[in-house]
Amino acid sequence: MTKTRIVVVGNGMVGHRFLEELCDKGNAADFDITVLCAESRTAYDRVHLSSYFSHHTDEDLSLVKPGFFEKNGIKVCVGEAVKHIDSAQKVVLTNKGQSLAYDKLVLATGSYPWVPPIQGSAHHECFVYRTIDDLDAIEDAAKSAKSGVVIGGGLLGLEAAGALKALGLATHVVEYAPVLMAEQLDRMGGEMLRRKITAMGVTVHTGKNTSDIQMHGGQHAAHRLVFADGSHLDADVIVFSTGIRPQDNLARYGQLEVAERGGVVINDHCQTSNADIYAVGECAAWQGQYFGLVAPGYKMAQVAVDHLLGRDNAFTGADMSAKLKLLGVSVGSIGDAQGRTPGCHSYVFQDDQAGIYKKIVVSQDGSVLLGAVLIGDVDDYGQLLQMMLNAMPVPEHPDALILPAYAGAKPALGVDALPASAVICSCFDVSKQKIADAVAAGHHTLAAIKAETGAGTGCGGCVPLISQVLNAELARNGVEVKNHLCAHFPHSRQDLYHLIKVAGVKTFDEAIAQFGHGYGCETCKPTIGSILASAWGDYVLSPANTPLQDTNDVFLGNMQKDGTYSVIPRMAGGEVTPEGLMALAAVAKDYGLYTKVTGAQRIGLFGAHKGDLPVIWSRLIDAGFETGQAYAKSLRMVKTCVGSTWCRFGVQDSVGLGVDLEHRYKGIRTPHKMKFGVSGCTRECAEAQGKDVGIIATDAGWNLYVCGNGGMKPRHADLLASDLDRETLLRYLDRFMMFYVTTADKLQRTASWLLSMEGGVDYLRSVIVDDKLGIAEQLESDLATIRNQYQCEWQATLSDADQLARFSHFINSEAHDPNVQFVPVREQVRPAQLNERKVIAIKAII
Amino acid sequence: MNWNTVCDLNAIFPGTGVCALVGERQVAIFRPYADEQVFALDNIDPFAGASVLSRGLTVEHDGELWVASPLKKQRFRLRDGVCYESSERSIESFAVRVVGQQVEVQI
Repeated sequence: MTKTRIVVVGNGMVGHRFLEELCDKGNAADFDITVLCAESRTAYDRVHLSSYFSHHTDEDLSLVKPGFFEKNGIKVCVGEAVKHIDSAQKVVLTNKGQSLAYDKLVLATGSYPWVPPIQGSAHHECFVYRTIDDLDAIEDAAKSAKSGVVIGGGLLGLEAAGALKALGLATHVVEYAPVLMAEQLDRMGGEMLRRKITAMGVTVHTGKNTSDIQMHGGQHAAHRLVFADGSHLDADVIVFSTGIRPQDNLARYGQLEVAERGGVVINDHCQTSNADIYAVGECAAWQGQYFGLVAPGYKMAQVAVDHLLGRDNAFTGADMSAKLKLLGVSVGSIGDAQGRTPGCHSYVFQDDQAGIYKKIVVSQDGSVLLGAVLIGDVDDYGQLLQMMLNAMPVPEHPDALILPAYAGAKPALGVDALPASAVICSCFDVSKQKIADAVAAGHHTLAAIKAETGAGTGCGGCVPLISQVLNAELARNGVEVKNHLCAHFPHSRQDLYHLIKVAGVKTFDEAIAQFGHGYGCETCKPTIGSILASAWGDYVLSPANTPLQDTNDVFLGNMQKDGTYSVIPRMAGGEVTPEGLMALAAVAKDYGLYTKVTGAQRIGLFGAHKGDLPVIWSRLIDAGFETGQAYAKSLRMVKTCVGSTWCRFGVQDSVGLGVDLEHRYKGIRTPHKMKFGVSGCTRECAEAQGKDVGIIATDAGWNLYVCGNGGMKPRHADLLASDLDRETLLRYLDRFMMFYVTTADKLQRTASWLLSMEGGVDYLRSVIVDDKLGIAEQLESDLATIRNQYQCEWQATLSDADQLARFSHFINSEAHDPNVQFVPVREQVRPAQLNERKVIAIKAII
Repeated sequence: MNWNTVCDLNAIFPGTGVCALVGERQVAIFRPYADEQVFALDNIDPFAGASVLSRGLTVEHDGELWVASPLKKQRFRLRDGVCYESSERSIESFAVRVVGQQVEVQI
């Protein structure tokens, strides 16, 4: 079979989604795909462009999964643009002189920023805001600037203003209309947004028509904007954000039909006037309209792929509702936000103190929701959007939909009323049916649904709705929703933590008598042991606690496959002295231990007989070491790069901070193990973003990332707060640690803890940074209490004769375990496999 | 078959187990409660071939007591050595009693 030659022009967000859909739904081997990418880098996330300034790099923004092009045999031509389409010969010509024959051509050329023809606006020092190159140019200009102005107070303009502010400029926004975001908001909503943005130090000038730009003509700053009313504004950096226009030039010269207001005309299958040429994204116009949002573009990509593969699908227009965060302000706009539908009426809730404005617009007869505006609190967005999209009946008192929780229970949307086809997650186009299928297939938790369907992992706005669908489906399938710890405790770990804390319970026996029943099992015993240790900071091996612990905690080492243990002393931050190394070497040699640098920047000695552990550890403690808790569900390590003390690139002392952090949190029992990383600059050599807690130095302090993970399911950590000084960083970390300890499920790593948290990282930030729950002080003092009780568990064990008695392998003999045998490997040893073992006869003297 | 004295009852902390050498056998002895009830099983984890079962957690499931292997958590019934996960991997159990304060195993 000959392969279908597909040429995709443009590797933006939509062009790339087209490739992903095609390779996902079709067989990449059936196609010969070439993608032309005019920009100097392949697809990246333009929606989160402003985060580029808050210490992201282009890799963070990249949308290309590692190996994607190679794996699917896609030829990528970076920096190459198409200059002509010969639709008769079915060939495109590029600016590098290449001519490419195609069977199917896909135009995904996007849009370009439109700059109004004002005197001076064409000057090369007037910037636009669309690509990473634009951002680099703005960043460059900002280095020698103090102030900046964005012309255009729409959605993108406010994004750009956020970027200027992040660059440290005194920021102005100039808008022609009387309100900000006139496209999406009503007057009062725009006013609330303006107040909130102004409070953050951005100066907003509305109703200003810029008539002249005098480059290098300013008095207080480099340049001057002159307005039609005669007033003026001086600024050093000028950025235009006055709308976009479809990039449809290729079509204009390629005999393809173009819409009156711009955009390549497409039909419901995303075909242009030439059936072998598709157009998707911002360059396309459907029924005369082009769409400047990414979600409709994604939908077009899907439709085009389906049509190419002969599947049924159609583009039927797009909802332009949007939820986003601008300069830290949450904004939501749904449907007819301005109330333009004849006869409609609206309900408004406004709280000036908290900076919240919410409005809903309902039809004349009050039966359906037409639109909504949400400023400052967008929790209702998902629910309202579904209500509008699916024309669901509005409750008797529609205002109850937007009143605060204390006004009474909100009328539930009743997800049962949603059609199966209702799109719950628009970022990943996940329908209610898809979620129901996932539940039926055994995915019974929010985290599992997210992992299985991708729903809720984009903007996260639909998470409350996913939970509702999940619960409704579970109930329908007769699955009882239980988060009970185990058969002995009918409570979740979180509930048990609080019960134990409030009742002052200090032992497992008290806990099971008061909150459970029976004897206990391998799930509840270690969990209660861990909770007791977290809550009271008790020595994990106090006599009452010993029977609760897994063997690792009992013998303070990690049991290996042959029943021996590892010996891994703390090397805070990965530091070790020559004397320390010598002590380790001597112990390893004397006890024949296999020696290796572990994944946690420490030296591990493996193959220690249980009976030898006390003497090994007493030698290490004499040499200045302490236990490293490498066996425990607690902080395992803080990985550090070399940092500013030695590295010529480092901007902060990452090792110093790493060492301090390791000592600050060592030994504290957490729901699962934790790993930290501290990098001394944005090169990120400590790979901190793959850790539960990642800290990256900036010129101004430290950026705090949380809930990352390596291991089986890698996850990039989320930025919790930026440019923190050391004291604030420690305070946030104390709160974070304790909040995790108190609220996570059993054996739940921070990454899945965050995934299961409604509201995600925004919610976590509101608790840790903004102290929304008013518990920050309590968390800090609880953490201080357990921190003050730290003791080296090995030291404590060695000073207790009763504990030491447990270490000998036999209760009635001094002999070592004869089944522990080693064979040589690379000048060291490894455990013998069963068929390599020799029979060693030992006999008890009875 | 002899009764072999292995240790003082108080040497086994309630809720835990110990390993005793009886002849050439490694025997895991468990004391689930603070009383004289004791159980004896082969100490070798049949899945890994390692001498570790005495170091497992004593647990309850379906109204019976088991030991969970410290390696991969498979469970063995204290009264007869039946393996919960796979009956083919069940292990030997031994008669055990407390005489005076001394624990005795019959092998």
